[in-house]
Amino acid sequence: MAVVIVPNACRGLTGSERVTQAAVNVAGLLRALDARYPGFAEALGPRFAVSIDGVIHGNADYERIEDDAEVAFLPPIAGG
Amino acid sequence: MTTNGKYKWVGTRPIRHDGVDKVIGKANYGADLSFPDMLWGKLLRSPHAHANIKRIDVSKALKIDGVKAVLTAKDLPDLASQAAEGGEGHGGDFRDISLNCMARDKVVYHGHAVAAVAATSQDIADLALAAIEVEYEVLKPVLSIDAALAKDAPILHPGLRTKGVKPDSVPTNVASRVQFGKGDIAKGFSEAEYVIERTYRTQTVHQGYIEPHAVVARTNADGQSIVWCCTQGAFMVRSYCAAVLGLDVGQLKVIPSEIGGGFGGKTTVYTEPIAIALSRKTGRPVKMVMSREDVFRATGPAGAATVEIKLGAKKDGTLVAAQSRMWFEAGGFPGSPVGAGAMTVFAAYDIPHSAIEGFDVVTTKPKTAAYRAPGAPQAAFGMEQALDELAAELRIDPIDLRIKNAAKEGVQAPYGAKFSRVGFVDTLEAAKKHPHYRAPLGPNQGRGIASGFWFNVGMQSSAEVHLAEDGAATVITGNPDIGGSRASMAICAAEELGIDVAKVRPIVGDTDTAGYCDLTGGSRVTYATGMAVIEASRDVIRQLRERAAKMWGCDVALVEFSEGRCQPVKGSGVENDPLTVAQIAAAAGKTGGPINGRAQVNPPAAGPGFATHLCDVQVDPDTGRVDVIRYTTIQDAGKAVHPSYVEGQMQGGASQGIGWALNEEYVFDKHGVMENAGFLDYRMPVASDLPMIDTVVLEIANPLHPYGVRGVGEVPIVPPLATVANAVKNATGVRMTDLPISPPKLLAALQARS
Repeated sequence: MAVVIVPNACRGLTGSERVTQAAVNVAGLLRALDARYPGFAEALGPRFAVSIDGVIHGNADYERIEDDAEVAFLPPIAGG
Repeated sequence: MTTNGKYKWVGTRPIRHDGVDKVIGKANYGADLSFPDMLWGKLLRSPHAHANIKRIDVSKALKIDGVKAVLTAKDLPDLASQAAEGGEGHGGDFRDISLNCMARDKVVYHGHAVAAVAATSQDIADLALAAIEVEYEVLKPVLSIDAALAKDAPILHPGLRTKGVKPDSVPTNVASRVQFGKGDIAKGFSEAEYVIERTYRTQTVHQGYIEPHAVVARTNADGQSIVWCCTQGAFMVRSYCAAVLGLDVGQLKVIPSEIGGGFGGKTTVYTEPIAIALSRKTGRPVKMVMSREDVFRATGPAGAATVEIKLGAKKDGTLVAAQSRMWFEAGGFPGSPVGAGAMTVFAAYDIPHSAIEGFDVVTTKPKTAAYRAPGAPQAAFGMEQALDELAAELRIDPIDLRIKNAAKEGVQAPYGAKFSRVGFVDTLEAAKKHPHYRAPLGPNQGRGIASGFWFNVGMQSSAEVHLAEDGAATVITGNPDIGGSRASMAICAAEELGIDVAKVRPIVGDTDTAGYCDLTGGSRVTYATGMAVIEASRDVIRQLRERAAKMWGCDVALVEFSEGRCQPVKGSGVENDPLTVAQIAAAAGKTGGPINGRAQVNPPAAGPGFATHLCDVQVDPDTGRVDVIRYTTIQDAGKAVHPSYVEGQMQGGASQGIGWALNEEYVFDKHGVMENAGFLDYRMPVASDLPMIDTVVLEIANPLHPYGVRGVGEVPIVPPLATVANAVKNATGVRMTDLPISPPKLLAALQARS
C-alpha cells in the first residue's frame, strides 16, 4: 500500500494528512482515491505534479507506484 | 569520459561556440530580420488602466494609403477558457492569453492592446493608429493588493470566482487560494517559547532583459506561417499561437532568433499571434518590434506581494511552528506564482508544524509573467528576514540558526515531497567558513546573510547528434540558448563521444527541424536537454560499435567504446587496431550510411537547488543611499558542466536580486499609468553599481543525472532581497520590511528612528 500525503485541498475529504492506498500507477491511485473520497479529483484540479518517494514528476499519470511508495500531489511546477 | 572516471570536458571552460558572433555583433536577434516586401505591424494601446470598450471604429485608418490591414479582437477566435500547457505553468489560460494579446470588451491595464495595423512603413502605421477611434467607459483602477481586496473594490472580471474557496458564488478579484502545511499549527505555536510575527511587502519589478520582444511572420502560399521571434520556447510559441488563432499546429513554423535575455519574461506570447494574423490577412511578411516603453507597460513583470510570516521557536533556536499568508498580484489576468511562493517559503527548513495560505489577486497592472524562481524571492524576503530577527533576539549566529533547522535528506517539505540528498547545509557551512563572513566592517557598514530554495524542473526534451565524415558532431536541440546552453550541450556530446569540444557544433533548431522541447526555463536545459544530448550521443556510440564490428567482421559484443575509440574487448580474440570516431565516420558510407543519434526524455524534476548569500553594504546616513561593497554567492550546482556559465548565473541572479532589493519598482500614478517606463527612471543595477560578485560552486551530485547536474539559473535570485535587507538592518539598526530600500524610503526610516 502506498502512503499518500494528502494535499490540503483534499484533507476535508479524507479527514487526515495521510492515507494508504494500493494502486499500480498514479492515474489508478487518483481513481481509487476519488472513488473512496468522492470529490478528491475535483478538489485536486486537472493540473498537478506528483512526488513519488521524493522525486517530482510533471506528467505522472503512468508513473508506477511501488507498494511502499510515498506519494504526494503537488501543484504543477515550472519556472522562469 | 576517460577510463579513470574523471571527466575530460565536463567542468572545463571552452569558449562558447556562439560567443564570437555575439561579441562582434553578427548574431541575429529578434529585430534583425527584414524582408523586401515586409509590412510594419503596430499596436494601439489603451490610455486607461481599467475601462470597458464601447466601440472601435477603424474605417478612417483603413482609408490611409499604405495601410494594408487593421485588426481587432473581432478578427480573432473568441476562445473558451482552456488551460495552457507548455508555458510557464502558473495557471495560464488560453482565453486570458488571447485577451492579453488583444483586448476584446475590456482593458485591464494601461498599455493593453486594443487594435493592430499593418502598413508599408512605421510612420504610416503610426498615422493609422492615430486614426482609430476607440470609445471607452473608464473605470476605477485597482492598483494594489489592498485595493483589490477592499469590500467595494471594482471587479476586473465579473465572472471570476475564487478557486479553492467554497462557496464560490461571489464576484471577486481573488482568483484562487492555495494551502499547504503539515502537523498541527496550534500545537506547534503552543510549544514555542518565542514567537515572531511580521508582514513584508515587495513591489512589481521587471526582468529587465536587454532585448525587447520582436517578431516577423510570413505566410507561405501553402498556408503555413513562418515565425521568427525571440522567445524562450519556440514550441511554446507554436502551440500558444495555434490556440489563440484557431490554427493547426502544422500551420505554424517557429524559428527562434538569438535571445537577449528572458529570465522567464519570454515564456508566453504577446505580439507573435498578432503578427501572424496580420501576415495571414495581408499575405505579406509583418514585423513587430516592441519599444522599451512597450516592454514595461505591456509585458509581464514579477508582481508585487504581501507576505505575512509567523515563526515559533524554542529558546535554543529550534523552529517548532511556521505560518504564512501571502497575496501575490497577478496583474490583469489570473496566474501569479503564489503557489510556488507558498511551496517555497518554509521549504528549506525542517519545521514540524506549518500552515501556509496563498492568494492570487488580479489588479489593473500588466499581466505578470515568470521571473527566475517565480514566487520564491518574494516569499524568501519575508522568511529570511524573520529568521534574521529571530537569530538576533535569541543571540544565535544567523548561519548557525539556519544550520540547526536546515532541511536535510528525508525531511518532508510543507508541500508534501520528501527531500533526497540536498546541499543546503553544505552552502551554510561554506558561508560560515568563507573569509567574507569574518572580514571586519567599517562605520555605517553591515553584513547580511540569507538563503534560498528552488525546485528545478525536468520536462520534455529531444536531441539529435549527427556525425560528419570527419568525425565532427552536430548537436541539434530545440531550446533557445539564454545562458550558455549551447556550450553545455557541446560539452556533454564531447564528453560522451570523446572528441574535441571544438569539433561539436551545437545548433538551436526550429519547430520543424528539432524534436519537441519544452521551453527554456525552470533551470532545466543543462539538466534535461543535456540528458537528451547524452542519450543521443550514446545512441551514436551504439552505432559506432556496430560499424566497427562490421569493419572487423566480429560480433558487436566484442567491441567496446572508450575515450573516442572503438577497440576490441580485452581477451575477445579480436586483434584489430582501435578505430577513432573520425575513422569510423569516414567509412560510414561503406558500413550502413550516415551515423545519427537521437533521444527524447521526460525526466523528473532535477531536485532542489539551494544557495546562501553574504552581502556587505555601506549606508550613507545623510541620504539613505545603500552601496553594496562586497557580495558572495554560494550554491550547490550538483555538477558545473561549464563553470563559467554557472558562475554567470549566480552573479546575474544576485545582481537582479540586488536591484529588486534596492531600487526597482513600477511607479503608477493614481490613474494606473506607469510613470517610469524606461531604464532612465526604472533603475536597474549596472556593472559600475556593483562589486565583483564572488562565487563558490559546490557540487553535491544529483543522483537523477548521469553527471550529477542540478539546475542553477533560478535559485541565485531567491536570497538577495533578504540578504541586502539583513545587511541594511545590521548597518543601521533599521529593519526594512517594504521594498525597495530606496534612498528616500531608507532615509525616512532613519529619520523616524532618530
